[in-house]
This record gives sequence, C-alpha cells and structure tokens, in this order.
Amino acid sequence: MTSLLDTLFNGLAIGSVLMLAALGLAVVFGLMGVINMAHGELMMLGAYTTYVVQNLLKTGPLQALFPAYILIAIPLAFLVSGLAGLVLEKTVIRRLYGRPLETLLATWGVSLILQQLVRSVSTAFFIGLVLALVLGLGLPRFLPAAWLRQRWSPLLKLGSWLLAGGLGIALAALAGQTRQLRLPWFSARNIEVTAPQWLRGSIEVAGVTMPTGRLFIIALTALSLIAVHWFLQKSVWGIRIRAVTQNRSMSSCLGIPTDKVDALSFLVGSGLAGVAGVAVTLLGSVGPNMGGNYIVDCFMVVVLGGVGKLLGTVVAALGIGILSYVLGSGSLLLLWPQMPAALNSLITFFATTSMAKVLVFMLIVAFLQFRPAGLFPQKGRMVEA
Amino acid sequence: MDRPSWLRRFGPWILIMAAAIILPFVLPPFRLNLLGRFLALGIVALGVDLIWGYTGLLSLGQGIFFALGAYAIGMHLQLSSLDSGQLPEFFGLYGVKELPAFWQPFSSAFFTLFAIWIIPALVAGLLGFLVFRNRIKGVYFSILTQAALLVFFNFFNGQQKLINGTNGLKTDTALFLGQMVGSDSMQRLLFWITVVLVIGAWLLCRWLTRGRFGDALIAIRDDESRLRFSGHNPTAYKTLVFTVAGALAGISGALYTVQSGIVSPQFMAVPFSIEMVIWVAVGGRGTLLGAVLGAVLINYAKSLISEQLPETWLFIQGALFLLVVTALPDGVVGWWRQGGPKRLAAMVGIPPTAATYPSLDGDGAQQADKKAIAAKLESGGTP
Repeated sequence: MTSLLDTLFNGLAIGSVLMLAALGLAVVFGLMGVINMAHGELMMLGAYTTYVVQNLLKTGPLQALFPAYILIAIPLAFLVSGLAGLVLEKTVIRRLYGRPLETLLATWGVSLILQQLVRSVSTAFFIGLVLALVLGLGLPRFLPAAWLRQRWSPLLKLGSWLLAGGLGIALAALAGQTRQLRLPWFSARNIEVTAPQWLRGSIEVAGVTMPTGRLFIIALTALSLIAVHWFLQKSVWGIRIRAVTQNRSMSSCLGIPTDKVDALSFLVGSGLAGVAGVAVTLLGSVGPNMGGNYIVDCFMVVVLGGVGKLLGTVVAALGIGILSYVLGSGSLLLLWPQMPAALNSLITFFATTSMAKVLVFMLIVAFLQFRPAGLFPQKGRMVEA
Repeated sequence: MDRPSWLRRFGPWILIMAAAIILPFVLPPFRLNLLGRFLALGIVALGVDLIWGYTGLLSLGQGIFFALGAYAIGMHLQLSSLDSGQLPEFFGLYGVKELPAFWQPFSSAFFTLFAIWIIPALVAGLLGFLVFRNRIKGVYFSILTQAALLVFFNFFNGQQKLINGTNGLKTDTALFLGQMVGSDSMQRLLFWITVVLVIGAWLLCRWLTRGRFGDALIAIRDDESRLRFSGHNPTAYKTLVFTVAGALAGISGALYTVQSGIVSPQFMAVPFSIEMVIWVAVGGRGTLLGAVLGAVLINYAKSLISEQLPETWLFIQGALFLLVVTALPDGVVGWWRQGGPKRLAAMVGIPPTAATYPSLDGDGAQQADKKAIAAKLESGGTP
C-alpha cells in the first residue's frame, strides 16, 4: 500500500512539472495554433532568472530575503519570459500567422539563437549587441525621408543593418580586449541553483516521504492551473481570447482587437513557460540545453490532451507523468511480485527512464490511431474535417 | 547568344563528370571526404524536398530512416571483417556470448545491399500509412514524426547489449572488399559511388515529380481536400512518397556512415533532422537542384565556420532559419528562377529588358516608323 502511494506521489510530481511546462504551450498552441519550438528556451530563461535572483540575494543588503528568493523569482521569471515571448511575437510570429510550418522553423531558429546567447553573453557581447540594435533601429530615422521611398530603399535598410551589426561586433571585440568584460555571464556550463532550506526537507504522511520541493512544485502547478482557468473563463481578456480562438473574423467584426489578443495570449503562454523554468530548477541543475528535454514531451501532452481544452492538458500531463514513472522505476514489479515470467522480463526491459519514454510514446501514437484529435477533441463546425 | 542546343543540354553533365573525376586528385583527402559526406547528405535532402517541398509534409523524423540505413551498413561492416564464429568486440563488454538473431542476416553483403534502403522504406511506409490513414496532417504530422524520432533515439541509445548504445558502431577500420574502409583509395571509390548515387537519386526524383504523380503531389500540398473530392486518394500518394523519401534517407545514411567512419544514435538527434529541412529551405524548396546544393553548401559552411569560430555557428544557423522563412521563402534557387537577380538589378536602376519580337527589331521599316514617332513626341506633337 505504501509503495503504491509512493509511486503515485512521485508520478504526480513528474506529471505536474510536465503540466506546468505544457500549460503555456496549451495557451499558445491550443488557443492560437502557433507552434513555438522556442518554448523550452523560454523555460530556460525562467530558470536563468531564478539563478540571477538567487545570486543577487545571496549577498548584499537584501540578504534577509534570501530564504524567499524562489517566491520572488516566480513573478520575475514570468515577466522575463513573457516579455521575451512578446518580442518574439511582435517581430517574427506576427508575420507568419496562418503558416504553421514556417512558424515552426522560424521559432526553431530563435531557440538556437537563445541557446547560444546564454552561452556566450558577456558584458562585451552585451554592449556590442545593444549598439547594433540601437544603430539598426535608429539609423533609418536619421536618413532623409525621400531615401526611404526609393526603389533601392530595401537595400539601404539591409546596408544599415549590416553596418550596425559590423559596428556592434567591432565594439564587442574592442571591449573584449579587457578580461573583465570578456568573462561570460553564465558560460556553457550548467548553473547551480540551490533550493532554500525550507524546500530541502521532507514531510512524512501515511508512511510516504514527500520531499517539500516536490510538494512545492505540485502546489505551484495547481495554483497556476487555477489562475489560467480563472483568466480564460472569467476575465474580460480571457473571454476575448476564447472568442478569437473560436472565430477570428467574427470577433474582429465585433470590435475585439485581435492583434492585442494575440500578443496577450503569447505573453501569458511564454510567462507560464518562465514559471515552469523556476520549478525545473528545484529538480536539478539547469543549462543552455535544457529546453530540448522538455519541448517534445510538452507537445505530446498537448496533442494527446486535445487542442484547445485545459482539461485535456491536465489529464494528459498527469497520465504521461504517472505512467512513465511507474514504468521507468519498475514499480510494477514491486507491486505485483508474482507476475508471470514473460511479463516480468518485458517490464524489466522497459524499466529505465529512456525506455519508459519509448513505451509511453508508442502508446500515445497507438492511441492517436483511435482518437486522432486527442482525449478531449473540440467539437463544432470550425474544426477542420 | 545562340549556344548550340547540345551544349546547353549536356554541358552541365560534362562539367559534373569532369569535376567528379578531377576533384579526388586535386582536393586533400580530408576535404574530399567532407565533400563526399555532404553529397551523401544531399540524397536525404532530396527526400525531404520530395515530401516537404512538393507534398507539403514537414517531417522532422527523417533521421530515423537515415540512421536505419546507417546502422544496416554499420552492422555489416562490423561482421564482415571478422572470422566466422567471432563476435564484434563491444559485445564482450556487456557479457553477450551469442550474436543476437537480428544481426545474423547482416553478415551477407547481398542482404545488406537491399537492407540499406528496404528497411527504412518499410518503416517509413508503415509509419506513414498509420499517420496518413487518420488524416493527421500539418503540424500534427511534424510533431508525431518528431516523437517517433525520439522513440527510436531513446531505443538505440539505451540498448548497449543489442547495438552498443550511445557509443555507436565504428566502421573506418573495418575491411570491405579486402580494403580498409577508412583508407584513401577506398574513400576515393566511395566518393565516386556517392556522386553516381546522388545523380541517380536526382533523376529518380525528377522522374517522380514530373508527370501525373508529381502533379498529384503538388495538388496535395496546395489543396488536399480538392484532390480528395475529385476522386483521388491522397493517403496512397502520401504513403508512397514518404516511403520513397525513407529509402533515399537510408541510402544517404549508409553512404554518410562509410565516409564518416562511425554510426551512432546522434544520427537520430532532434536537431539533425530539423537541419535537413533547413538545407532544403535555403537551397530552395520544390527545386531538386536546390536540395542538393543547399545540403552541400550549408554543411560546408558549417564545417568551415565551426573550425574558425565555433560559437558563432548557432547564431548563423538560427539567423538562416529566420531569414529563409521571412525573406526567401523559395530558397536561393527559387529566388534565382523567379527572376530575383533581375529584380535586384532593377532596384539599383538597371531596368529589365522586356522580351520583344526579334522580327520587328530587325525590320528596317518598323524601326524607321518608331524613330519618327519618337521624334514627333519629342517636338511636342501627337503621333
């Protein structure tokens, strides 16, 4: 009995991390139909925000707040990732609505850039980047307006960006001469986030040892879920988001600013990725490559749950989490020691984390054979046949 | 202006033949090996172009079929250089005493020659049939293929006892036709085989995309429902083209393996399969030449840049993804064919010359008339 509860608790913990990560994706992909391959990298930004907050509070005048740094990091991570997502939407994704495959490729490109950015950002790099952006955006304003209406003005813009980029690189190289400025902020190594003291213990209930860190993640997931549900169902903007999801052109005719709705949903979805990033820091070390570990799982959750339904995301995330824990840890063998030898050897074969993933994904693909639209398909005439 | 028609028709082929014969003696072995590898990747790019450029199916799982072909040749080379009764070395590390059953047939070269492309084709056909039968398309197809890729990756990565897990299989010290696979003369031979197979794959794809089959593929890309309503079955077309792409990926993987000297589960890593798409996108989706060119050029650029400034490559690659999607949707070859250079020239003030009737240009009376009209206009009259 105890081992059953233990298995369930651990599966629940894994499932809730997955749910938290997939929740943002459910908003972005489920409601807007945008494939954001940079979602994992937005989580990474959240994790790095936690790291920065931890280091800022470790020493200095605000040291008293250190035990609560993770609580401070949550809203900050939401903001950082949300703003990054907003910039992404305004610059790239906006041009690609209605072309999902192109969006997928473009956001993959963004994810590569973000990965390398956290690896190589240093003060010198940062100065150069700021100069390049300021010049690139600002140069056209100093040019005579007539020049910008010529046939060759696209070439002029290209030239000004090239010039800005070149100057930025030159400045970065110049600043890089000083060792102090050349030092990378995070480097390519994994970063260490230590959980505060109160998240390192464990509580024992009915014979099950529950680490407080995992309890915290479960609570955070539940809170985020309730908040998103409230936002989508009750708040004015949530209702607008759902209206645009159901019928974009009709909503636009009724005066809903669809542009703002798109930007807002993207901000919320990306912000949730940031919160998930904070939760991930409690589970282990995080690095520039962490996004790739989550992105496919998150998409599987959303596809399995059915697009456009939060309930589907919840059920799918918990199902996948519990199933992969049960299979991967080989708990079935403990629960049922007298099982037939053939079944026993089969379960032992799949009783590692990666092999459990193989089995779970195979089961999902098999399931989609019978219910191609997921667990909770959207009904209505808008759904493409 | 008038080139003889035979030169226009056969000129490129003569150039390619000459290059293929001369290059192995001009390039240093290392560069030749790289070029051979990248040409091999051109074959998988042709497959990606068939399914994505022509049919509109963005598969992020071509690495599965690439790696299956690669493992087939890798297993054969492990066995071919052993005396009978011996086991490949790595089995000893995991305490395996007997060759697993699925390894047995790969000791035959004849079987392997077919396994390289038939096994990936079968897997692709099965996967494609299951997915397309349910009318799963668009991004769902992409996500599912990526999930399938991850399944295979985890499986090959985790099974040390069956296929040496993460370490992969080394092939460069294996013997093939009595010679070491990694030796210079063997690599030269492999380069020529690669060139021939790239041309063969290109001809196959050209044959498929011209004519009715190609029309059906483009119809699926542009409006699948309309094709279905006019009485065709898109599932059959899609399954078939996905199978062909799988077979091409398998051949490509085998050629790549013998030239790179190792096959490992990294062939099934998620980024590698997405990179295949970017080769096609940069070269030009929907143009076969673009697929091969894109694969060779991007990989060459990657190896050059990674040698010099390794940390910038991801920035450049990311920028390429963004650039191709937003500014060059048809890739370099597509841009060229749709009059891109002329438009660029027009931007800097060289207007394109419109096509005229040469007979009118050569007709003296017409030209005299034209001059007279121009003169009248200049002096302010009406023609």
